Amino acid sequence: MRNVFLAVASLALIFGFMFANSWYKERQAEKSSFMAKENASTFVRDHSQTLGSDDAKVYIVEFMDPACETCAAFAPFVKQMMAANPGKIKLVLRYAPFHDGADYFVTILEAAKKQGKYWETLDVMFKSQQYWASHQNPQPQRIWEFLPRAGLDMEQLKKDMTDPAIAEIIAQDIADAKTLNVHKTPGYFVNGRPLQEFGYRQLQELVQSEMKVAYQE
Amino acid sequence: MPEKQSNVNWTILFLCWLLASLSTTGSLFFSSVMEFIPCVLCWYQRICLFPLVVILGTGLLSFDKNIVKYSLPLAVVGWLIALYHTLLYSGIIPESIQPCSQGVSCTEEYIDLFGFITIPMLSLLSFSTIIALLLILQRRMTK
Repeated sequence: MRNVFLAVASLALIFGFMFANSWYKERQAEKSSFMAKENASTFVRDHSQTLGSDDAKVYIVEFMDPACETCAAFAPFVKQMMAANPGKIKLVLRYAPFHDGADYFVTILEAAKKQGKYWETLDVMFKSQQYWASHQNPQPQRIWEFLPRAGLDMEQLKKDMTDPAIAEIIAQDIADAKTLNVHKTPGYFVNGRPLQEFGYRQLQELVQSEMKVAYQE
Repeated sequence: MPEKQSNVNWTILFLCWLLASLSTTGSLFFSSVMEFIPCVLCWYQRICLFPLVVILGTGLLSFDKNIVKYSLPLAVVGWLIALYHTLLYSGIIPESIQPCSQGVSCTEEYIDLFGFITIPMLSLLSFSTIIALLLILQRRMTK
């Protein structure tokens, strides 16, 4: 009898936890989809770098960090999804530089943007990331060995990096990441709906479900 | 021992276990669902809290009379860390002497229920109640 009581209490705790989990996530999703309607600028700022057609109805907002390995791993995956659905998906990149010293890499990226080499630079960064952003032995200065591959004017880049507007962009993005409860990178929102369970398949499913709604497939 | 007495003892131990389990699920809810990152002191308290669920649970299954002997030390260690954390958090101990330098600060405020309840305080409350119940149980059983 006592052991039955114990088992029932254990099950109640487990189910209670699972229920609270889905309730909380649902509430977060509602909150952020409400914000996407009422306060869209939290997701997309004027300064935000975007990729894809302006007519696209599905917006993937990604909070990323150039020094984050998972962001590097997801970048080709997101581009594949965009290529598979031409003109229907727009990618918005936001910064969540959570790694130590990641502000520095964002500054490089923003300076490269002034030369129109944003995506090239990001690609070079992701591909060379293991050399300068290793967790055991970060060597941020080594990034300069790889940057010329993006076809950048290095003198101009160094000059542009001192622009105080870049720090404001980073501060704004960090503030928005906090508002949207992004604690990890990459943090995805698809048309304002957060990616609840992290993973490639989950992101693909979320994008597909939003595609269905937007294009009534 | 009369049946009624032993029933009360079982219930007291059950309450201890329930409290430890509730605290564990709550702690996991904060970290896994709400994605609060546990600081170093939180981890030390968790190290004392999580095993209590298993130890007290095993003790309950066959109502082991020695259960207090094994669970009380864990609860006391957890209580001490929780006390330190609460004092640190409320600013009674200055933050400069805290041991966490990397990652999350141990004084970063996550929740603030009703204006004064914080996570370290919940931990302290939980450990205190578990200790009190275990001591009551011990006294009843040695009588």
